[in-house]
Amino acid sequence: MVTVGLLHTTIRGDEKLIIEAAKKRNIKIKLIDIREEVLNRKTYQCDFKVALERCVSTVKGNHATRFFESIGIKVINNSFVSAICEDKFVTSLILQKAHVSTPDFAMVFNADQAQKAIKQIGGFPTVIKPPLGSWGRLLAKVNDIDALEAILEHKDVLGSPHQKSFYIQKYIKKPGRDIRSFVIDGVTICAIYRDSPHWITNTARGGVATNCPVTKELSNISKKASDAVGGGILSMDVFETEDGLQINEINHTTEFKNSERPTGVSISGVIVDYCIKVAKNL
Amino acid sequence: MIKTNCPICDAQITLPKNTEESEVISCPDCHIRLVVANLKGNTATLEEAPKVEEDWGE
Repeated sequence: MVTVGLLHTTIRGDEKLIIEAAKKRNIKIKLIDIREEVLNRKTYQCDFKVALERCVSTVKGNHATRFFESIGIKVINNSFVSAICEDKFVTSLILQKAHVSTPDFAMVFNADQAQKAIKQIGGFPTVIKPPLGSWGRLLAKVNDIDALEAILEHKDVLGSPHQKSFYIQKYIKKPGRDIRSFVIDGVTICAIYRDSPHWITNTARGGVATNCPVTKELSNISKKASDAVGGGILSMDVFETEDGLQINEINHTTEFKNSERPTGVSISGVIVDYCIKVAKNL
Repeated sequence: MIKTNCPICDAQITLPKNTEESEVISCPDCHIRLVVANLKGNTATLEEAPKVEEDWGE
């Protein structure tokens, strides 16, 4: 029987779905709350060869991934993928370098450079995001220079070091929604629209999920983006623009519990199937 | 089924058999987010779930 180590912190509905899907496939899931572990290479005993990293804390998840890889465990997603996807700036760099359509962006470290960057990418309104973060937290749509100065000063005074690196992205006018595609092993298995009257469409912020047909264009750009960041189990936030689809961000520990019902696809099942495939190919 | 109580409002909470340690749930009465801190047989201890931190997410 294949055993998959599930590296976690708190267990969300998503992890419960993965556990249920594994049971249906007669796969043993070993739950490992990494907050309870001593990650010492010299003493750690491990009875599985494949681990699925599902920590809600990105920092803890990355350390766990590095540790388990160092003792020879195949971790999904691997540390190469997570190092790219955890950081919005690094993701954008990789996508642009791989010629995957993505909104224009720049990184700056002070207000003067921010003004120059905003001119370069098309002016106001613009979007400022923390490079590390999720669920639409601390995103700012900045409409003018007064707001820019106020936001950057607040971040500078109140923020952690991550908040003092200003990732600036061209504001994309969306049709009241964006797309979240679920891409496993390079294949777009399903997608949802996230509808919201607010410019932030994350379901964590109230965006409503409905099924989005997987078109050839969506499938192609998702595959290209997946290849660029190293593949595995990913979800992508996609903008519909006049110039076609653009990849906004990529998630490497994707949440999906609200997407199985509208799409009719067992995303948890495909995740477990992918883990089985990886385990059998070791 | 596992019966336990909300540590905040003391409401009785019934957990299903497939509950896991570290699982996040909501109290049906006061709606606070709770985490299953300990689970042994039919005994479970709940604690207030940790607050969202800067690096949490997908």
